[in-house]
Amino acid sequence: MSRLPFYFIVGLLLIAGITMSVHRHLQFEIPWLPGEQRQVWEIEAVITFDALDGPVQVDLALPTHQAGYRVLTENTASSGYGLAYQADETGRLAEWTIREAEGDQQLYYSVQMLVSPDAQAPVQTAPDLPPAVEWESPFDSAAEQLIDEAWDRSANNATFARELIRNVNGERQDENARLLLGEMDPAPLIIRLLNQAEVKARAVSGLLLEDGRRRQSLSSWIQVFDENDETWSLFHPVTGAQGKPDNLLLWETTGDAVLEVQGGTNSRVSFSMMTHYQPASAAVRNHNSNDTLLNFSIHSLPLEEQALFQTILLIPIGAMVVVFLRVFVGIKTSGTFMPVLIALAFIQTSLATGLIGFLLIIAMGLVIRNYLSYLNLLLVARVSAVIITVIGIISVFSVLAYRMGLNAGLTITFFPMIILAWTIERMSILWEEEGPKQVLIQGGGSLLTAVIAYLAMNSPWVRHITFNFLGVQFILMALILLLGNYTGYRLLELRRFKPITEDDKPS
Amino acid sequence: MSLLSNWTWPTRLRDKGIIGMNRRNIRYIGRYNNRRLYPLVDDKLKTKLLAQRYGITTPALIGTVTTQFGVKHIGETLVGHHGFVIKPAKGSGGKGILVIESVDGEAFIKPSGARLSITDIERHVSNILSGLYSLGGSPDVALIETLINFDESLMAYSYEGVPDIRVIVFKGYPVMSMMRLSTAASDGKANLHQGAVGVGLNMATGEALRGVQFDRPCYAHPDTGHDLASLKVPQWKTLLDLAAGCYEMTGLGYLGTDMVLDRKHGPMLLELNARPGLAIQMTNGEGLRRRLDLIERQPDGVSVEKRVAFAQHHFARTSELTTDSPDTSSATA
Repeated sequence: MSRLPFYFIVGLLLIAGITMSVHRHLQFEIPWLPGEQRQVWEIEAVITFDALDGPVQVDLALPTHQAGYRVLTENTASSGYGLAYQADETGRLAEWTIREAEGDQQLYYSVQMLVSPDAQAPVQTAPDLPPAVEWESPFDSAAEQLIDEAWDRSANNATFARELIRNVNGERQDENARLLLGEMDPAPLIIRLLNQAEVKARAVSGLLLEDGRRRQSLSSWIQVFDENDETWSLFHPVTGAQGKPDNLLLWETTGDAVLEVQGGTNSRVSFSMMTHYQPASAAVRNHNSNDTLLNFSIHSLPLEEQALFQTILLIPIGAMVVVFLRVFVGIKTSGTFMPVLIALAFIQTSLATGLIGFLLIIAMGLVIRNYLSYLNLLLVARVSAVIITVIGIISVFSVLAYRMGLNAGLTITFFPMIILAWTIERMSILWEEEGPKQVLIQGGGSLLTAVIAYLAMNSPWVRHITFNFLGVQFILMALILLLGNYTGYRLLELRRFKPITEDDKPS
Repeated sequence: MSLLSNWTWPTRLRDKGIIGMNRRNIRYIGRYNNRRLYPLVDDKLKTKLLAQRYGITTPALIGTVTTQFGVKHIGETLVGHHGFVIKPAKGSGGKGILVIESVDGEAFIKPSGARLSITDIERHVSNILSGLYSLGGSPDVALIETLINFDESLMAYSYEGVPDIRVIVFKGYPVMSMMRLSTAASDGKANLHQGAVGVGLNMATGEALRGVQFDRPCYAHPDTGHDLASLKVPQWKTLLDLAAGCYEMTGLGYLGTDMVLDRKHGPMLLELNARPGLAIQMTNGEGLRRRLDLIERQPDGVSVEKRVAFAQHHFARTSELTTDSPDTSSATA
């Protein structure tokens, strides 16, 4: 039985992996380390709508240079459409037009924003106040009272805006505010009240940047013009908190609509985003180089799929950790690759919240599953019941966490529910057959494996390497094949078989 | 240092010829056990029918129940039998085995003295059929076998449960054996990691070599207090013949055979295991490696008698239990 073909394949994989990685490193100047570079956000907007079988015009507001971010490059994909960029001092616009369109339409716009802390917003002149709109009775007196109250408590435009937002949304919300909220949404209401008090204000739309997020939408913010130092300051429309979060990208700042579609219905725009690190020089050049076969890389995919791949490409790292811990160390886990999926959930939830959530769900699930075993059900029905139980537990914990003001608790929904249900089922059977000690051993083993897999997968260097060098996947494959060939002792066997070696020790 | 005192060095294990999990999986199970043959040992009904064809003694089959419809007629099958065992065909680790020692009118009496009605029996069988005890919960078949009458000479070594004998058979050669004695700690089950006593057996004679409970040496049965040194399995040669014959029967090269001794019928095959554990090395105080290496150098196509004689000659050892200084424990290879 020759092992030659095996080592040939392993060698081939290693050579292929190393060659591809080195090629990418040399050709595209992608560094081996994630540091020493500029952070670039790639943001992709997808516009979808149903065309009404006629001429269509689509206007999308575009982001501009602003405090903290600089526009690097932008691209659109829209077959058959005419495209024009329009810019004036207040903002930019992409205008797609077509004479005849029918059915589902998708238009893509992607932009690379360079994170640069020293970038400044362009100087803007204050707009004129919009013509006042008269309130009808009894709204007029309610509005006046709200304004007066906030006015008394404030010293300038900024504090006035903060107080007004708190009066409308916060715990000080009173009858007047509720009456007006019955007529209008909070953000437009606040803008209108501010304008009524002759404070220049506008609603802007911003995108909260979070790595790997897909199908996001814009959130509304309120900008108030400060006459003294001639700047705009930003307010959260619900909490009234002043200042711009670091990860907020302002997409549209004129106070107009972000998306306007003529000749279509059901229009919406959604955003995907991801971040990566590039040398600032390569950031621009890289984009212009054409994708050749050798540069076979996921970076040629649409952004939404890229964000997905960023996670997918980490799974082999997790699998490798599992193989290592089982083959070299001999840790027992419940379900072979369950720890990898749990580790993926930890990436979304952060480690501490994830651990607490996981333990809570499993503990609750075991108690309920214990009752289910009295009902004497068939396996598939029982596991299904456990799945529903897990969903129930997750919902209850989410609501409880939210009520107690723990927003981190909401991320508990990232846990893979079916996997959790099977884990509970297996643990419960183990408990009945082997006792709680084995449950602790295997449960602890799974959790330890999950934590180690999480630490490996969440390291910035590993993320950088797996995402930027596809060749690494071949190297991982080769290593796992080699691990599968290991016939030596496991670490824990050195302990298990210790008593045998003891007897014939000369005493 | 105290933290490290529970650990040993890989070189010392290798010197002892201990086989680890990885080596067992790749080198022996992967190489000598064809996956296609696994169903023969994973399904006790198949094993039993096959054993009957090859003339290997197994507990007699009273009947099988294959459909929920058949559960209602189980009473008729049981008429006239005073002791029987109901077990799932695909169960593992002794799960779902119901032992009825005697029948008293309408009541069925378990070894513990608990009385069951026919409805209890029917429910148990129904549970077996729906896969409660089988791997992965797949639908199963219930076997009804005659009760084994344990050989009295071994009764004193076991607490409540059945003492069974595990023989590792490699390429048809019996290579190592042990007896598993249930204890109060193991709750009447012959599972070593639950606290059953494992007794390594001399391959030449069937006499006890050393006893181990929870991986520590042990010289008498913890519950009955009976001295392990005097333990000797009767009809040892027949038992080895039976075990060795399982190679021809299944075609599996690395096999664990579980046997019991019946008062009337002598050694019987209880079940086979295509992935036998490594704890047998602990109970023998010796690794499998040297014995397996020796067998690998033997030619194929040797008869059962010659293989058993080979094993009895080459794997003979002296007991560590009779002498006060237990330090002679190397195989005479």
